[in-house]
Amino acid sequence: MSSVLTAVEKPLSATGANRQVSWLGRVDPRVRIVCAAAFAVTVVACDRFGVLIAALCLAGVLMAGSGLPPRRTLRRMAAMDGFILFMLALLPFTVPGEPFLTIWGVSASWEGLAEAARIGLTANAVILALMALVGSMEPVTLGHALHTLRVPATLVHLLMFTVRYIDVLREEYLRLRQAMKARGFRPSTGWHTYRSFGYLVGMMLVRSLERSERILEAMKCRGFTGRLPLLERWSVGARDLAFTAGFAVALVALIAGEVADGAL
Amino acid sequence: MHIVDGALSNPVVIGGAVLAAGGIAKGLRCLPMEKIPVAGTLSATFFVASLVHVPAGPSSLHLILNGLAGLVLGWAAFPALFVGLLLQAVFFGFGGVTVLGVNTFNIAMPAVIVGCLLRSRLQSGTPEAAAVWGAVGGGLAVALTTFFVALALALTGEQFYNAAKLVFLTHIPVMAIEAFLTGSAIYLTRKVKPELFEAVAGAGS
Repeated sequence: MSSVLTAVEKPLSATGANRQVSWLGRVDPRVRIVCAAAFAVTVVACDRFGVLIAALCLAGVLMAGSGLPPRRTLRRMAAMDGFILFMLALLPFTVPGEPFLTIWGVSASWEGLAEAARIGLTANAVILALMALVGSMEPVTLGHALHTLRVPATLVHLLMFTVRYIDVLREEYLRLRQAMKARGFRPSTGWHTYRSFGYLVGMMLVRSLERSERILEAMKCRGFTGRLPLLERWSVGARDLAFTAGFAVALVALIAGEVADGAL
Repeated sequence: MHIVDGALSNPVVIGGAVLAAGGIAKGLRCLPMEKIPVAGTLSATFFVASLVHVPAGPSSLHLILNGLAGLVLGWAAFPALFVGLLLQAVFFGFGGVTVLGVNTFNIAMPAVIVGCLLRSRLQSGTPEAAAVWGAVGGGLAVALTTFFVALALALTGEQFYNAAKLVFLTHIPVMAIEAFLTGSAIYLTRKVKPELFEAVAGAGS
């Protein structure tokens, strides 16, 4: 539905039509959400390198099965790595242990390097599995699945509204930027730029407030009562049970690897 | 500003999740069905605004604007910012799953604090005075967010003390820019549409 969120053109998806063709896309969305959460908790609890690398491989398999464009997904993951790099780069210098490198009299420890690598592996495995399992579904499907998983209706409504209007308001933003450009605005470092951006954000708030008033009237006119009409009903079938069983076996194998290594 | 999975200790992760769940529940209670459209569109506005990059010297930085969100939404900023973080994690791969609670708390709690402290001052007085208070709120919210991020890291272990300090120092220019930007946004909305501050946060809370 929202091209900012999925960045893939799916013209029919706004009606809730499920057009996913990958094998992972046919698994019940609720099963996928629960699996993503279970995967995250399991991987965060693990410490061994072998286990974390196996988890990352599992996430890679899920991504291959999700039908997401691999290059863009991996680029997003790399963008997050760039974000956390500075924190990880500091770790070898702050964790005490056996030094392997000394820069300007500060030594970096192997233990710190291992800790940084562990965090990096965990973060990448979890986010990749999340994008593959949950990020591959329609935002609307995500909302409905969360609703059937007993997430409060108000929160689901808020999520659906946000998803619906992100694209609309992004277009509003681009229109305002175009208008600014037409009047000779060129962003640079300076108070004039920041004031203009402030006015831009303020104007976006004003316009979305006015838009929301029109939306509310339109909804009232159609007798909206606050109930969430579900467009599709899901039932857990053989395919979902098979997927859940396979996924559970993989998670138990990860835990077994962690415990077995720990006993040595 | 996002913390990733695997970096924090279990007590910090669980504590953050519990606090975030409490804040979201409180925020949802302030949101009757009538206010969902306005809260949803404003939440989408803040999502779009957080994708905007403003130039800062040789590089650029993206906006947080949680102070502005708190001033406009009050307690509803909690669920609104949570939705934004959830969508970012799921569709953009930013942040993480188990740390979603900590990240929500770090961004939304400062928003609510600023909203509760300063919202009444925005409606009385001149637009100029409101702009100054807005700037104070915008800067304070980012300062509190960096403080909470640093606190989460420091509570995890002393190996993160330096990273925590660095997070705070590198965000001082961000605080200045966010403060100025929030002040300008408040000035404009006070002049054009003063009802904005009543739209969600008013009446109910």
